[in-house]
Amino acid sequence: MASAIGPVLECKGISKFFPGAIALDAVDLTLYPGEVHALLGENGAGKSTLIKCLTGAYRRDAGTIVLENREISPNSTQESQKLGIGTVYQEVNLLPNLSVAENLFLGRQPMKRGLISQRKMHAMASDLLAEFGLVINPAEPLSSYSVAVQQVIAIARAVELSGKVLILDEPTASLDRDEVELVFSVIEKLKARGLAIVFITHFLDQVFEISDRATILRNGRVIGTRRLAETTQTEIITLMLGRQLEARVQDRAPAETGDILVELRNYGRRGVIEPFDLTVRKGEVVGLAGLLGSGRTETANLIFGAIQADQGEALLEGGKISLKNPREAVAHRFALCPEDRKNDGIVGDLSVRENIILALQARQGWFRPLPKAKVNELAEAYVKALDIRLASLDMPIRLLSGGNQQKVLLARWLATNPAFLILDEPTRGIDVGAHAEIIALIERLREDGLALLVASSEMEELVAYSTRVIVLRDRRQMRELKGEEITTANIVSAIADEPMAGAVR
Amino acid sequence: MIRSTHLPLLITIATFLLAYTLCGWQYPAMLSTRVLANLLTDNAFLGIAAVGMTFVILSGGIDLSIGSVIAFTGVFLAVILRDTSIHPLLAFALILLITISFGAAMGAMIHYLEMPPFIVTLAGMFLARGAAYVLSTDSVPITHEFYDTLQSLYWKAPGGGRFRLTGLIMLLTFAAGIIAAHRTRFGQNVYALGGGLQTARLMGVPLAKTTIGIYATSGGLAGLAGIVFSLYTSAGYSLATVGVELDAIAAVVIGGTLLTGGTGFVAGTFFGILIMGLIQTFIVFDGTLSSWWTKIVIGGLLFGFILLQKGLTWATTLRRKPAPEFAAQS
Repeated sequence: MASAIGPVLECKGISKFFPGAIALDAVDLTLYPGEVHALLGENGAGKSTLIKCLTGAYRRDAGTIVLENREISPNSTQESQKLGIGTVYQEVNLLPNLSVAENLFLGRQPMKRGLISQRKMHAMASDLLAEFGLVINPAEPLSSYSVAVQQVIAIARAVELSGKVLILDEPTASLDRDEVELVFSVIEKLKARGLAIVFITHFLDQVFEISDRATILRNGRVIGTRRLAETTQTEIITLMLGRQLEARVQDRAPAETGDILVELRNYGRRGVIEPFDLTVRKGEVVGLAGLLGSGRTETANLIFGAIQADQGEALLEGGKISLKNPREAVAHRFALCPEDRKNDGIVGDLSVRENIILALQARQGWFRPLPKAKVNELAEAYVKALDIRLASLDMPIRLLSGGNQQKVLLARWLATNPAFLILDEPTRGIDVGAHAEIIALIERLREDGLALLVASSEMEELVAYSTRVIVLRDRRQMRELKGEEITTANIVSAIADEPMAGAVR
Repeated sequence: MIRSTHLPLLITIATFLLAYTLCGWQYPAMLSTRVLANLLTDNAFLGIAAVGMTFVILSGGIDLSIGSVIAFTGVFLAVILRDTSIHPLLAFALILLITISFGAAMGAMIHYLEMPPFIVTLAGMFLARGAAYVLSTDSVPITHEFYDTLQSLYWKAPGGGRFRLTGLIMLLTFAAGIIAAHRTRFGQNVYALGGGLQTARLMGVPLAKTTIGIYATSGGLAGLAGIVFSLYTSAGYSLATVGVELDAIAAVVIGGTLLTGGTGFVAGTFFGILIMGLIQTFIVFDGTLSSWWTKIVIGGLLFGFILLQKGLTWATTLRRKPAPEFAAQS
């Protein structure tokens, strides 16, 4: 929009290396005054690394940053703030116990005869916030206001301190629709003032609503920069995911659906995921597709009781059940392999054997230990069945590769003989060989009559094994694809919320 | 202007007024200026130390060393006035320098070594007590004419109450503490530290300076409390004021300051001290109750105030304001 004027910030060839990985590979980013520039990419694309290099939290290994024709190399967030680059994070980095005014002016309070002038500070705070369209009492503690208001106060502080470039790192992630409007109106005001704003979010709608341009990162590289007025969501998603979208119809086993096992009616939780209906039949794999932050993991956790639902009901084979916590879910023969394997799944220092029997033992109760012989028998059986490669059953699980860890987790839940298995990103971070094996295993379990719900960001994978695919977007179920409709192209267009490409593209 | 954060303070003041009314109703003599004057004089050293403790707790820390520092100060003054001929004022300056440095050293350890304040000040507690024993294990009387002069300074109020110098020092300390907490950058930084160390760092609060300043303040005020205590008892004894740090913590909490830091008022601590003194006075007036009842009532009060604080915290998080004024504007 303001390309006639020179850029306010110009990054050229920014690179950052971590031991064994290239986090950023010669990234360019140009920001013009008065533009909102979205930074897009899946997890691990390098967005936060780039931001950290910009704000001085990381030292870049190569490249230049030019701010208003002056090359800069900030060493700390404080320094970059002084230079004019302010950052606001999803987690509001303000002090909840101090008043709004104190938060705004901490460290630079107006002084009068050696003492802080509260009256002047409150007046200044009121004036400052009024510029952002916020009329609140600055003497009240910050904690008495909602997260959205706190977010605006954080933005006000950042703009006051820096005033050239404002980086917003997922500012809307924990806000509801009305609150997003509040933050957006503030962004509009800052845009009019001529600030350059970097906007990072997983919500594509919001990107199109507020941003002028978008730079898409993937695997540490800039894939492209687009004017949003001239592009479509489908193009952006394609760039983000970086796959050739071929509408190939997989030779998939016909969906022989059994009886309904699990049925959820109007199930949801405010602020986590909107109420949805879901049925899963025996011998069926239901895929959950969607971008990061679309509610895949939330859906999985909600069904398993790791997050409590606040509305709706759950039925198991027609009978009402409660799923208030994972223990209850396990009692109904539910199982969940979580997305974050390292933190939520494995117990790193315990042996493979102990990790396999963990869930079974937990269900049985800790005071009735499984006999040693039985434990060994189970562990060996699963190691063999799932082809887990290890030196010995006694080795700590953290020494295994990602794929083998995933198989151990699967073994843990299969040992409980589940009827309903929920897999969240079962193939994340594992090598190609193990990948194929996991997919084959999912197929086998389906044929054995298990009901499966698989959340994944890998679309080809979902297309390969799902009998139905549910597409999520912005924490809402958008569309359900069945049979022939299940193609990567259709999933993408559903994510982009565009009419389905009826046939092959 | 009354804010929601003032509520704990208001409750403390209300508790004090209610307790005093009840005491006066039972024993009208308790309403005399004599009792009031004694309340100030008897609790002067505890009040001064509690001001320092308020800053420490507001920052999210704890200082267990102050009881020992008070005792050390007393013994130091008694011994130095007995064995040398220096003027007490010079001795006062010397001991304040020592206690401030002692507190600053503890603060530096807490900040630079990233040690929990509990452990560092526990070590300080043993160290100061031990140092007092080294100077003298017996109670050393102070007989200096300057002490007599200071002790004879008082303002006689109508009704016979004698408001002494030590009580005035406490009131001045509280006044200075209130101003420092709310009207200086140091005070604001103390609150910021209590609100969250990492956030405070990100917002540019000088952590080292503030932490060292807080414990230096607490040490220095413990030294001042020791001076006042030696004026009160005219002696220095290494076994004196054991557990005073805990009384000070109790006064701070009853005064409405959150033990987790970040919320509270120096003025609240003043009323906390008065409430504790009042309970003691009441038990003296009653005559039949064992003095241990003081501890029991203070214990009960503490529980009550902790529950109250928890309740208030819940209440404030429950009713967050969404800024309705905004909707009208846009």
